[in-house]
Amino acid sequence: MQASFTVNGNERTVDVPDDMPLLWILRDELGLTGTKYGCGVAQCGACTVHLDGIAVRSCQVPASELNGAEVTTIEGLGTPEEPHPVQQAWIDTQVAQCGYCQSGQIMQAANLLDFNPNPTDEEIDAVMSGNLCRCGTYVRVRKAIHAASDKMSG
Amino acid sequence: MSKVGTLSRRAFLIGSAAITGGVAFGVYTAKSPFPNPIAQNLPEGAATFNPWVLIDAEKITVIAPHGDKGQGIFSAQAALIAEELDVELDQIDISFGMPNKAYFNTAMAGAMAGYPLYDFSPTAERTRGIAGGVMKVALPLMGTGGSTAIPDSYDKLRHAGACARETLKLAASQQTGVPVDQLKTARGAVQLPDGTEIAYTALAGAAAEVEPVTNVALRDIKSANIVGKPMKRVDIVAKSTGTQNYGIDFKTDGMVYATVKMNPRQGGALNGFDATEAEGMTGVQKVMEITGGVAVVANNTWTAIQAANSIVFDWGPAPYPHEQAEHWEVLSNIFDDDHLNGEARVVGDVDAAEGEEVVAEYRSPYVAHAPLEPLSATILVTDDRVDIWTGHQIQMFVESTVAGITGHDVENVHLHNQFMGGSFGHKLEFEYIKQTAEIANAMRGTPVQMTYSREEDFVHDFPRHITMGRGVAKHKDGQITSLDVQIAGQSVMGSQMSRMGLNLPMPDTQLHEGAWDTPNFNLPNLRVRSYATRELAPVSSWRSVGAMPNTFIYQTLLDEAIHAAGADPLLERIRLMGHDVSVKVLETVGEMCNWSGSDLGENRGRGIAYGFSFGVAVATVVEVTNTAAGIKLDHVWVAADVGKVIDPGNLENLAEGGTVFGLGHAINCEITYADGMAEQTNYHAHDGMRMWQCPPIEFKALENNPSVRGFGEPPVPPAAPALGNAIFAATGQRIREMPFNKHIRFV
Repeated sequence: MQASFTVNGNERTVDVPDDMPLLWILRDELGLTGTKYGCGVAQCGACTVHLDGIAVRSCQVPASELNGAEVTTIEGLGTPEEPHPVQQAWIDTQVAQCGYCQSGQIMQAANLLDFNPNPTDEEIDAVMSGNLCRCGTYVRVRKAIHAASDKMSG
Repeated sequence: MSKVGTLSRRAFLIGSAAITGGVAFGVYTAKSPFPNPIAQNLPEGAATFNPWVLIDAEKITVIAPHGDKGQGIFSAQAALIAEELDVELDQIDISFGMPNKAYFNTAMAGAMAGYPLYDFSPTAERTRGIAGGVMKVALPLMGTGGSTAIPDSYDKLRHAGACARETLKLAASQQTGVPVDQLKTARGAVQLPDGTEIAYTALAGAAAEVEPVTNVALRDIKSANIVGKPMKRVDIVAKSTGTQNYGIDFKTDGMVYATVKMNPRQGGALNGFDATEAEGMTGVQKVMEITGGVAVVANNTWTAIQAANSIVFDWGPAPYPHEQAEHWEVLSNIFDDDHLNGEARVVGDVDAAEGEEVVAEYRSPYVAHAPLEPLSATILVTDDRVDIWTGHQIQMFVESTVAGITGHDVENVHLHNQFMGGSFGHKLEFEYIKQTAEIANAMRGTPVQMTYSREEDFVHDFPRHITMGRGVAKHKDGQITSLDVQIAGQSVMGSQMSRMGLNLPMPDTQLHEGAWDTPNFNLPNLRVRSYATRELAPVSSWRSVGAMPNTFIYQTLLDEAIHAAGADPLLERIRLMGHDVSVKVLETVGEMCNWSGSDLGENRGRGIAYGFSFGVAVATVVEVTNTAAGIKLDHVWVAADVGKVIDPGNLENLAEGGTVFGLGHAINCEITYADGMAEQTNYHAHDGMRMWQCPPIEFKALENNPSVRGFGEPPVPPAAPALGNAIFAATGQRIREMPFNKHIRFV
């Protein structure tokens, strides 16, 4: 099938099987590898992107759902030169170890702050627990979300 | 100067640099130098002073050959070179370089010399020096593991930077006529007395022609500008913006995407398969049998995985016990002389020792590595050469393994090492490299990227070895008088080396690591014995290897005895220790948490554990509350002594992460076998720890250790016993088997 949607503001059309997940369309068809494959079954959150402004697991979004959608990936949230405040907080807090989960963590955290600009630790834990970090950087993820929250609301 | 002359002169310099680099702990005493790999094909006008520094008119490049799986060694290596080279981290390009024996790991042999890493006696140091020399000649292994990257790099890379700096000063002196002793260096430039600066890049051509300086004393580390101060990891911006490329992200023109399905009963035969459906799927290019399984090649990874899942297989049986209960049964029957792997420590007489006995048995299960980046490799085979793009911990063996499959001379096989999205030991293995090489060799001229599905990654992991411990502790008059620790396990080194075609020529020290080398010098009776089998499932090194299960066994048994004796868990550990560095670590963690005993009142408690692994003493205190919903982890304190802190921020991150890793697997994770297959196939059944379970963690680093050590693994071992000991303090329930959630509920 053909699916037409925007990725980071750019119109894209792909011709793929209707059940092909957005994750693999991004990675293997469009070459946007910032979105990571970790589990394929919505257990790790490494593939989190924003679909029409909501954080979703892109491994669970088939091509058939994409027509007209607006997709934002980690590459569209901010850039090394102009990082999003959440990315800046991740840099300042030096959250990453291997860093492989961090695209998903950041996309989930940015979406959390969109809806809840000043989350408590408990609210952070509730929203972020779907994002698995095998290196165990959770203490710093919490710290970075609070830092981003302070900066964005201040 | 002729090219030949340049090369031999460089070779001399490297030898000197490397020899001086290892002197501090006598690891590296063999004399013959390896040639500098970056001196080959050196562009006109560029200068290299040793295998780690390359300067041309455009830029300064440093080679950071150790693999980075998240521990931050890419940054740390660059920092060590930059410190003495007098450049800032934002002024240099950093490269993993290409595998070469010039980058062989000087610290690996020292850890295997038979002396505990707290022993700095002349005999121990001399033996390490001999072991290092033997290993350099017999097997100059370039590899990253065993928390050795920092001990390997600490002197060597600073010396590489210093030799390069002094050579650049010499070049500037010859160019300007200003004596060397009047020249200074800073921010990548030589400074003349009048304030004029000459950039290193402007000196590259001249520096290539001068006689290099080879003997430079290292500066006092206390006056360092970079090392020891909080630094910005060089990969932190890329890893925060989705722009860090890992092995799995590699792209090149004309690349095809592949996956494999191997017998889930690991090592069993492939009797037959039906791939009719897979072959008919749109986008599938090829289905081919490879050694022990089948590969699917397609135009994207998803299609390859879908097609592979549609293949109907006839697999042979597993060459190890089919059911998990049988694995435990095997271990319970090898505590005998026939299976004795080592009597690693004997002090006094545990049988004759006086005191009341505490007798217990412990179990540590198989656990998966499951780094978030699944195993993946990209290989391009042509008739002339082979190129490999993947992240791996034993770089040189990747090249020789692939050469063995494609038939190329190993000189024509080139690994471009990539950042790893975690490893925890998984990327020490070669099966996925071999499988990718077989596919790519059958498709010469086409780059093949092979990626495991997460399910394949779990089922074809070689998990942490399974361990059973039996202990007898004795106490009298409120003091521990004796510990007899016996550990039986599947031989992890034997299993791992067998897949590399090597025979483990000695006892598997990992089966008593962390137990035999816990100091406890004031304990009058102590015996540590281990027993090995190779009958069980294939296993591999898992972050901290033997130290994690063995520390769990040792520190839980000790805690049981301390409670039975009515002693204080911290104070009795301090009394027994008798090792100054470790005593300070224990005292520090006590101060951090205001220790006042393990009992904090009803349903609340603290547990402490000490671990010695990879030369680092670590003490961990966990505080828990037994709530109506289960055990809640309230707080964790960790103290450790690494000798010298390279980057305090990254060290703290590793302390937090290693503690989470240790706690998460202790609470939640095991791999079990049914019908010969691992039953856990994705993160729903084996995730480690998630954020809701993660407590606040405080960390303090000490620098009393006379040896500078790595910290990727040492925070892991004491976490599990500290938690188990805390649960006992809060509930009275003693848990002797991981994962703990089989025995008690957690919030």
